This record gives sequence, C-alpha cells and structure tokens, in this order.
Amino acid sequence: MTRKLILWLPFALIALLFLAFFAGLMRPDDHVIASQMVGKPLPEFVAGPAMPGQPGAATADFSDGKPRLLNVFASWCVPCVQEIPMLLRLRAKGAEIDGIAIHDSSAELEKFLAANGNPYTRIGLDEGGKAQMAFGSAGVPETFVVDGTGKILYQHIGVVTEEDMPKLLAMLGVKP
Amino acid sequence: MIAEAGLAALWLAAAMALFQLALGALALGRGRQSLGSAMVPVTLVQAALVSIAMACLIAVFARSDMSVLLVASSSNPAMPMLYKVAGSWGNHEGSMLLWVTILGIAGATIALFESKLRADTKLATLAAQGAIALGFYAFLLFSSNPFARLTDMVEPQGLNPLLQDPGLAFHPPTLYAGYVGMSAAFSFAVGALVTRNVGSDFAGAMRPWILGAWIFLTVGITAGSYWAYYTLGWGGWWFWDPVENASLMPWLAATALLHSVTVLATRDGLRAWTVMLAVLAFSMSMVGTFLVRSGILTSVHSFAVDPRRGIFILALLAIYIGGALALFAARIGTVTEGNRFDMVSREAALVVNNLILTVILVVVMAGTLYPLILEATTGAKISVGAPYFNSVAGPLALILLVLLAAGPLLRWRADLPKLVVERMAPALFAGAAALLLLAIFGGRIGVLPLLGLVVAALVAVASLAPLWKRNLKRTPLFTYGMVLAHLGCAVSIAGMACDAAFTRENMVSMAANDTREVGPFAVTLLGVRERPGPNYQALEAVLSVSRNGGAPFPMMPQLHQFSDPQMTTNEAAIDTFIDGQLYLTLGEDSDGTHFLLRMWWKPFITLIWIGGALIAAGGGLSLLGRVRRDVWNNRWPWQKAGGRKADPAPEGAA
Amino acid sequence: MKALSAALLLLIAVPVTAQAQDYAEVSLADPAKEAQAVALMDSIRCVVCQGQPISGSNADLAGDMRRMIRERIAAGESPEQVRTWLVSKYGDWVTFKPEVKSETMPLWLLPLLALTGGGWLVARRLKGRKA
Repeated sequence: MTRKLILWLPFALIALLFLAFFAGLMRPDDHVIASQMVGKPLPEFVAGPAMPGQPGAATADFSDGKPRLLNVFASWCVPCVQEIPMLLRLRAKGAEIDGIAIHDSSAELEKFLAANGNPYTRIGLDEGGKAQMAFGSAGVPETFVVDGTGKILYQHIGVVTEEDMPKLLAMLGVKP
Repeated sequence: MIAEAGLAALWLAAAMALFQLALGALALGRGRQSLGSAMVPVTLVQAALVSIAMACLIAVFARSDMSVLLVASSSNPAMPMLYKVAGSWGNHEGSMLLWVTILGIAGATIALFESKLRADTKLATLAAQGAIALGFYAFLLFSSNPFARLTDMVEPQGLNPLLQDPGLAFHPPTLYAGYVGMSAAFSFAVGALVTRNVGSDFAGAMRPWILGAWIFLTVGITAGSYWAYYTLGWGGWWFWDPVENASLMPWLAATALLHSVTVLATRDGLRAWTVMLAVLAFSMSMVGTFLVRSGILTSVHSFAVDPRRGIFILALLAIYIGGALALFAARIGTVTEGNRFDMVSREAALVVNNLILTVILVVVMAGTLYPLILEATTGAKISVGAPYFNSVAGPLALILLVLLAAGPLLRWRADLPKLVVERMAPALFAGAAALLLLAIFGGRIGVLPLLGLVVAALVAVASLAPLWKRNLKRTPLFTYGMVLAHLGCAVSIAGMACDAAFTRENMVSMAANDTREVGPFAVTLLGVRERPGPNYQALEAVLSVSRNGGAPFPMMPQLHQFSDPQMTTNEAAIDTFIDGQLYLTLGEDSDGTHFLLRMWWKPFITLIWIGGALIAAGGGLSLLGRVRRDVWNNRWPWQKAGGRKADPAPEGAA
Repeated sequence: MKALSAALLLLIAVPVTAQAQDYAEVSLADPAKEAQAVALMDSIRCVVCQGQPISGSNADLAGDMRRMIRERIAAGESPEQVRTWLVSKYGDWVTFKPEVKSETMPLWLLPLLALTGGGWLVARRLKGRKA
C-alpha cells in the first residue's frame, strides 16, 4: 500500500506544480513594486528648488492640513508627458500638486514644462535619488496622495489617466 | 517561396510524427507486428523533413527576407552574417524549430544505430519520440509559426545586442541538444515501461544517450556561464537567475541519472528509481524550456514572452509528464525491485549521491519556483537569490564532493570501512595540507570558500586514486573518463572558491594619466577614443597595465552604444594570466574628463570553466569508451554473451 | 544677483557623477567596508530592471542605491541595517536574501523533507538485505 502511494507521489507533486504554473500564467507578474510607505507618514526629505521662481519641496510642506499629490517625474521620461494634461486638469479643479524631479537638470526641466505646461506648486530636484528611495518609489511616473497630516494615503504607479481622476480627486477631498 | 517550402516541410514532418505514433500503437497494441518494420523509414523521413524546414528558416534569415514576420521583427540586414544565421534561433519560434529539429535527428539516430534493445522496446521508444515531436509540431504550427509572412507593419527590433555574440551561435543549440538527449532517455524509459522491459539491457541502451545529453548540458552551462561573465560586464559568472537555474535543474537530474543508470546496467539495481529519474530529467528540461519561453519568471536573460504560448507549452508538458508519471505509477509495480545492496558499497555511495543531487535539485526548484507559487497564492512578492542558494545548496554540494572522493574507491556489493579509509589516506592528507596552508597564508576568508578549497584538494587527489596501482594500458577508457570528470569537479570548485575568497575589486573614476591599483596591477588611463562598429558606436578606453611594476601592456575595454534597439553594452577587456584574470570595464557615466572604470582581479577564476571543460571531456571519453566497446562486442557476436558479464574491470561511475 | 543665482543653479544642476567620489560607481577607500558594501549590493534586487542585483545594473536607480549603500556603510551602518531600511521601503521583493518567516519556511522545509523522505527510502532498501 505504501509502495503504491509512493509511486503516485511524483504524479501528485508534478500536478501541484503545474497547477501553480497555471495560476502564475493566469495572473502574470505585473512587474509593479509597490511602496511599503503607504499608510505611513511621509519620510524626511529635502529636495532643493529645481528652477528659479518655484520653491523646492520638503517633508515640512506636507503637514499644513491640506491633502496633496506628490508626483515623481522626470523631463526625460516619455510617459510623463502624457500625464501632464491630467495633472493640469486636477490642478484646475483645485488639487495641489508637488513634483519631485528624478535625475534631472534645471535646463531640461524648464524646456519640458514650457512645452507641456506646469501643474506643480513646488518642484524639488531629487539629488541622487534620495527622496525617491525614501518614498519607496521604483520609477517614473508615480503619484502619491498625501493627506493633510503628512501621511501617505495611496500610491499610483504609472501614468495618471482619465479613469484615475475621480479616485484621486476623492482622496484629495476635492469635488469633481 | 523558401518560407512556404519550409512550412510545407514542417506540416509533412508533423504528419510523419503522427504516423510514427500510430505505427507504434498498432504494432504494440493491436499486435500487428509487420507494421513495426515501417517505423525506421518513417522516423528517418521525419528527421529529413524537419531538417529541411530548419534549413529554410536559416535561409530566409541569411537572405534577410523582410517579408517574413519573424525576420522583420528580429533581424536586421546590417548585422554580420554569423548573427543573421544565429538570429534564426535567437527568437522564440526559431528556437522551438531548432528544438524539434534536433529531436528529429535524435530519433533518426536511435532508429539507425540502436541494436541492443529488444525490438518491441525500440518500437515503443520511437513511437514515444514521435509523440513528443508531434506536440511540438502542433505548438509550432498552431501558435508560433516561424514562417508566417508579414501582414501588418511591425516595428523592426533587431537582435538584442547582448545576444549579438558568437556565444548565441553555439549556446542555445548546445543546451537544446542536451534537452533533446534527455527526451531520448525519456522515450527509452517510456518504451521500457510500455513493453515491461526495465533491466540492464534497457539501461545499456539508454546510457550513451544520457551521457551524450549530459555532455551537451555540461558544455552548455559552462559556456553559458562564461558568456554571461564576459558580456554582462560586471564580473559575475553565475547569478542564480531563473534562466540559469532552468538549465541547472536538468543537469542535476541528468547527473543523478547518469550515476543511477550505472547501477542498473552493472548491478541491475535501482530499476524503478532510474526510470523515475529519466522521466524527471526530461521533465526538468521541459520545465526549463517552459520557464524561459513563457516569461512566467523575470530574468536577466529574458526573451520576448507571450502568456498564451505558455498555456500551450504547459498543456503539452502536462500531457507528457503527467502521462509518463501515471504510466510509471501504474506499471512500475510489475517491475521487480532489482538487487539490494550493503551500507558500505559503491551502490550505496551512488544511491546517496542520487539522494543529495535530488535534494540540491529540490533546493534549486524551491528557490526558483516558490516565489512564483507564493505570489500566485497570497500575492506576496519575495526574491530568492544567491544568499539562499549558496547557503543551502553550498554545504550539500560539499558533502556530495566528499562522497565523490570516496565513491570510486569503494567496491561493488560490499566493502570494509577500514580499507576504504586506507585507500582514502592520500586524499585526506591532501585536504588536511590544504587546510593548514590556507590557515597560514590564506588570510581572512569565508567558511564556505575555505571548505570549498579543502574539499577541492581532497577530491583532486582522490579522483586520481582509481588509477593507482593499475595497469594504465588495460584500464578501460570510461574509467579514465570518470577520473577526468571527477577531477574536473575538483578544479571547478577550486575556481569558484578562489573567486569567492580572493577576488580584488576596485571601481574608480579616472582622468587621463591617472593610475589606480587593483590586486597586483597598476592601471593607467592613457585616453578614451571613439570607434565606429558595424552596427554600434564604441567608446574605447586605452589603458596601460603593469603587474608588480613589470613591463606595461595595453588593455582596451569598450562601451557599445546600439541604436536599434537602443541599448548600451559593456565590452570588458579581459586578460588571462596563469593565475587568474584581470577584468576591466568602462562605465557609462562620464563628464568628458573623468571616466568610470570597474576593475577586478580574479585569481584562478578560469579554473571554473576549465573544470567544466574537463567534466565534459571526461563525459566524452566515457561515451567513446562505451560506444567503442558496444561496437566491439557487436562485431564479434560470439564474444558478446560471455564478454559482457565476464568483464573483469570494475566499472567507473560513468 | 541674477548671475549668482544662475551660477548656484548650475552647481545644483551638474550631475553628481561629475564629482571625483561618486560612490555609485567608485569603491570606498576602506577595503573591508567596500567588501561589505559589495556583498550587500550583490543581494539587493534592482527595482527597475527586475532580474539583476543592483551591483550589476546600469539603471539610474540602481546607481542611486549603490551610492546610498556605500555612504551608509562608510558612515558606520551595518549591511543588515541598510537591508532592513530598503525592505521597509520596497518590501521583501528588494532583497535576494529571503527573511526566515512563516511565509518563506517552505524554502527550507521542502529540501529538508526531500532529505528525510529520500533518506527513509534509501534506508528501506538497505534493511531488507541479509547480513
């Protein structure tokens, strides 16, 4: 009896393995590395001003009682261009958006914003990816929702699209 | 036209494979013995047709026929001819066609040259080969037609620059030859199960195939490791990456099988286990192909991926492997157990070898697949990499190596522990000497590298011991093969341990005429210049290197900037010395005056691949010895009956 | 005034890599600390490129992580502290060295099971033998 069971054991193991493969195929890896900072206070960071006439961003700016979006972007990032109109619309509806530019330079940023529009209240230039790592952000663009007390409520990975607008506005407490 | 001819050949080859399966079923199931005689010609025709299909694919790639979808999407007329040809199997469809081509040729070889096996078992084996091929033909024809014409515009991609390397021309075909060899072993096992013929004859017929497949896998892994080492440009030679693990898993199973089949052929023991391993080794090579092809795991070496194809391959695998294991469970009960063995005997050592190899296989599988299973079930993402594999598989491998030292010195059936220790004495002495030397001169090195070096010394001496006090002229070739392969293990482990223990690294930012040091070398940057390549722009650093103040010599690492597709690759400058390699790469960022250089001095690292080559060469000698003896025995049939059993030479493990 | 602020901005804008000691690409002077840093980098997964450790990736973020690791190790933090910090940001995915906890137990239990199960099977084959 035991011998019989042992003989069918490999079959059972392989069947289990294949079930797992099947599950893996049905749910392909989304390649998304979510930040572990969601639900936690915004970490300490200081990102100096990126260009004249617009202030930089730091942790202290995020606890003035007003919820904000924190947009991680870069002038060299192609998809970021797509989401600027969305961000401009969010801003028109009263959302406050602060930007953190990754691996960027003032000159490039100025060109980028002149061409696409500037939805940002503040733009901080992230030196050496320090702020990005502190947020647990894995790429650009990413958008964090930070509440009035400075707590990270939500992380949106990738381009902000039409469908994401109501959700973001609701979290910001702005009526659509 | 060539593409259509290829597609037609592929359809016809598929029909032949179906025919093979039907012939087998009719001859064995319905007792129409006469039909069996058609099997060999049909198998040969299938091989010829699929070879024609492959030749057509190579032709369309060589001519850069941009009306073929596959060529348009993965080739580029500007590439050198070698890469154009190699590009035909550098993509999903082409590599599957290559796979099934090698399978067809393997089937033809069995049909032509296998003479030892009982006729019905041979018939069943060829039918099983046909069944495997049929699945792959279906896969090619229905979901990945390599000859499809271009209908819409596709973005021409060019071949991934990392793959534009002579390595591509040889690496995948080598690994595939290994995988296909395992499929032959699988077919033999299925044939033996179907015809209830699991014994030493079957083992003898299967053994050259296992040996051949194992040689290819060894060469493939060794060459792949060196390829990754010099193309990726970071000095690493093994990353425990899923794709690498996918090639390691069948190798581990094949190594176990190679040793267990020896017990079956020589002592008629381990019948069920050997059949099980044959199925397992093939399963592992298929699972490996599946993992790489389906894109289910993320990897450095990833190709383009498509989940629908994944489902198709998975279904095929489920049928083959599930079917074979069900057949195993249902039939193996009728196979008698075979000979038992004593605790201290060569059989026991080989069984423990199999046990440890299997456990290492489980470690590699768990580390590779568990993250996938965890994510599918709970959504939690974890990564398993070098720290896990090294700490869990490393000690097991060291135990295995100690066993490897002792195994060939044991007698079959039963042996006395005292005598074994006596025979092991020189080896144990060598290990102790190595430990002493390392303690005095080695400096601070980790536990695992230290043990690795000690065990390497022990195994190196022990591996030669089977030749001790023997008439070297009368020693059979396969014993030399075993000695060489085991020595190769020692050499390879020594290289790995040296790399872990003694590598010196220095990453620097240099301006012209700056000098920096790494290990015993002083590296001076003379300048950086641009050089145009055939399909890339190169930035080349001109360095003057001197060892311990000796005469300077030039080294020129390059950075290649490809535009189609956009990608930058490092072309390392590697200088090989008798005691190691100096490995220099030029980094990407620079401000025009300062350049980033990564420098490694890797003492004795070449031993890793020399060891791999020795292992493969040992396999080659064994194969030659086996085949020569088989031919010898067949030539004088009257010697055959007595000759095999009365062979006085104690057989080697391989 | 304007010229001064422009000059200041230029200073900010110049990529950090231009300086002589950018630890993203340059070794620490202390070989023991450098070895610790490299060992850690070999076991941190690049979050952009998916399959590689940050020690072998050309991605910008991987470079940022290498710089951060070298700076923290140089400042006296232990590699495990830095690893914990990275895991607190990016989750378990970022480390190639899985933490031992209930979720990851099968990684060690499966091989152990194979070893004991296989050992039991082998022992069964030995026992039946006449002395």
